[in-house]
Amino acid sequence: MSHHIRWLVFILLLSAFALWVSLPDTQSVVLDGNNDGEADFRLNIQQSLGLDLVGGLRVLLKADLPAGSYTAEDLQETANNVSRRVNALGVTEPTIQVLQGSGRILVELPGVTDPEQAIEAIQQTALLEFVDFSGVGNVQQYQGRKVITTEQVIIQDQRTSVAAAATVDPSAEATAEPTPQEEVALPNPNTNQPFETVITGSGLQAAAAELSQDGSWNIRFELTPEGGQIFGPFTAANIGQPMAIVLDGVVLSAPTIQAELPTGGVITGNFTESEAKTLALQLRSGALPIPLSVESNERVGATLGQESVNRSIRAGVIGVLVVLTFMLVYYRVPGIAADLALLVFIVLNMAIFKLVPVTLTLPAIVGFLISIGTAVDGNILIFERIKEELRGGKDLDTALVSGFDRAWNSIRDSNLSTIIICAILFLFGQTPGASVVSGFAVTLALGLIINLFTAIIVTRTFLHILVALLHQPLVERKWLLGV
Amino acid sequence: MFSLIQKRRYFFLLSAFLIIPGLIVMGYSLVTTGTLFHLSIDFVGGSIYELTFTGPGANEANIQDVFARFGDENASIQQLGDPDQHRWSVRSSIQESSVSDQILAELGKIAPIDQERSRNESVSATVGQEVTRAAVFAVVVVGVVIIGFIVFSFRQVPNAFRYGVCAVAAMIHDVLVVCSVMSLAGLLFGWETDALFLTALLTVVGFSMQDTIVLFDRIRENIPKYLGEPYETIVNRSILETIHRSLATQLNAFFIMAAILLFGGETIKQFIALLFIGLVSGTYSSIFTAVPLLVAWEKGEIPYVNRRKLEPVEA
Repeated sequence: MSHHIRWLVFILLLSAFALWVSLPDTQSVVLDGNNDGEADFRLNIQQSLGLDLVGGLRVLLKADLPAGSYTAEDLQETANNVSRRVNALGVTEPTIQVLQGSGRILVELPGVTDPEQAIEAIQQTALLEFVDFSGVGNVQQYQGRKVITTEQVIIQDQRTSVAAAATVDPSAEATAEPTPQEEVALPNPNTNQPFETVITGSGLQAAAAELSQDGSWNIRFELTPEGGQIFGPFTAANIGQPMAIVLDGVVLSAPTIQAELPTGGVITGNFTESEAKTLALQLRSGALPIPLSVESNERVGATLGQESVNRSIRAGVIGVLVVLTFMLVYYRVPGIAADLALLVFIVLNMAIFKLVPVTLTLPAIVGFLISIGTAVDGNILIFERIKEELRGGKDLDTALVSGFDRAWNSIRDSNLSTIIICAILFLFGQTPGASVVSGFAVTLALGLIINLFTAIIVTRTFLHILVALLHQPLVERKWLLGV
Repeated sequence: MFSLIQKRRYFFLLSAFLIIPGLIVMGYSLVTTGTLFHLSIDFVGGSIYELTFTGPGANEANIQDVFARFGDENASIQQLGDPDQHRWSVRSSIQESSVSDQILAELGKIAPIDQERSRNESVSATVGQEVTRAAVFAVVVVGVVIIGFIVFSFRQVPNAFRYGVCAVAAMIHDVLVVCSVMSLAGLLFGWETDALFLTALLTVVGFSMQDTIVLFDRIRENIPKYLGEPYETIVNRSILETIHRSLATQLNAFFIMAAILLFGGETIKQFIALLFIGLVSGTYSSIFTAVPLLVAWEKGEIPYVNRRKLEPVEA
């Protein structure tokens, strides 16, 4: 008996801890071993919810270059730039994941309010160039037009055989309306050669949007020392000449150089507030080493997600109440043990979801609920065994022990087979297009593993203690055991 | 003792009644649409829109018109929920994520869209092909693992080969039932086969194996216990002994799934319904397919196997 008491104490302590962890208000675990008021160990725990529950944007970006024309470092650097841009958008808990093998970057932005702006901010290559327009007449006609520059030629040479990567679906091409950007890039009219690039955005140290006196939005930039060493002498030598500011090949504006600019200046170009802020952000984070195209995306409205959460919680609570009632009515006293074990099972799962952490999505919640349904299967196998042993004439204590012993093999084998299936499903879910599957596989497998503990040890402890407390009535009234 | 096993012919007939029409439906689907199932954008690429308009005005024709302008004449459009909620779902073959903004802007001209209550998703054909490849791989791996698991579980049983074949037969039964239902629902209600369908199918395979293993375990245990009894009686006894467990477990899974179906979110209902049908089929097939098949084999009722003398020698 004493070892059952020891187990009971352990289970109660564990459950109390799990219950505390799983409370929504618990945001961190802090351990202070030496009581000096400073945490020796701190773990932030917050239930992370998937995009389908909080709403937001999920984008799968693909390197828009043939495989082999860029290195793994280029892709990582591109992802780092994306990450800086995302952080500047003020998104909490973004996920930016590089999928090296397939040349992809997965971006998840929970709770983002303006997905269009977010995609634009992420995807723009943001190759900013200051281009020498010396001697070019009628510069204003270039505004908004595409020009070819020496820097673009260098980049295009790097992107060898882009045409070979013709993965564009022909039906989709027909749908895209021709945009002005598809026009032919203009060369320098004087030489018929590409325009000379002076410096690119990598020569900038800082950039910020600012409101000018006339009410339009501009971008003020500062140069790095290296950028200044080129830009300063160039501007000094070309005072009175035009210079174009070109973003991703399109002329934003073509002002006339008024003075030497060794440290920075202002870019004007009839920007709106949000355009100016987005551009400043892109300039700060630098140009993407690899241009990215959106391969798949998913947007979920926040309210839609909240409705899903509420519905799932309601469905879960009702389902669990029915199961608890059924076990109590059908198995009586053992049912009490099973119900208590099921409650322990639920808090343990919820605590582990926060501690691991497991990102809860709708399929993940379903996986958890299904695991509740199967969690009682272990108890049912055991209780049916106990009933059989009792009917076979064994006394109560022997029946209890052999019920647990004999059911163990079936429980182990049957849980193991589903855990293996979950492992395969989890691997399947690693494919970017099938990520919904992972959540289901993880919660179902966790539930089955925890169930091995709760169905056997927790139920046995509760049942032995209940039987010890109620021994006489149970021997006299077998119906209390569901027989 | 009530004998379920004696009625085995009826059970085989019932299974045939379910599966043969299912195969016909799948064949019909293959001939008319080129695939066994109505495949979702997860596998073939395309886009889904779930839209909530803030006011009236949207109808099938004007939504169709917007998608036609972007090159998809055959977008499938459905109204969701109450008409006064103005909720619509659109499935289109347009894969380009970049046009979704333009499409949304055009749709917004019909009536303003409540972004907070809407969602959309675009998947490229490349991503779809990868998911298809991964799905085929997953199915093959599950098949291999399951056969390995059965061989391992029954390694010490006489006629292990028979148990293995019967367990696999029960599983194929469940796979066919779930696939038949999916194929039929695809034709009748436009249910789409997505990554979650495969998840449901493989989970059903796992649970089906659980049921069969529990039952076979019991037969294995009862054979030395009732040495004088004919095989058929021992098997029947084993079924009756485990049927409480099967039903009680089934009932609990049913409670949970019914709760999700009644109170849970829309997007998950199809998944739950398939999972539920698969679980019922799994329990049915272990009791009414796997075990009767075992008895039929024992009694030499399977013509092909016995004529060819493939039957292993009784231990």
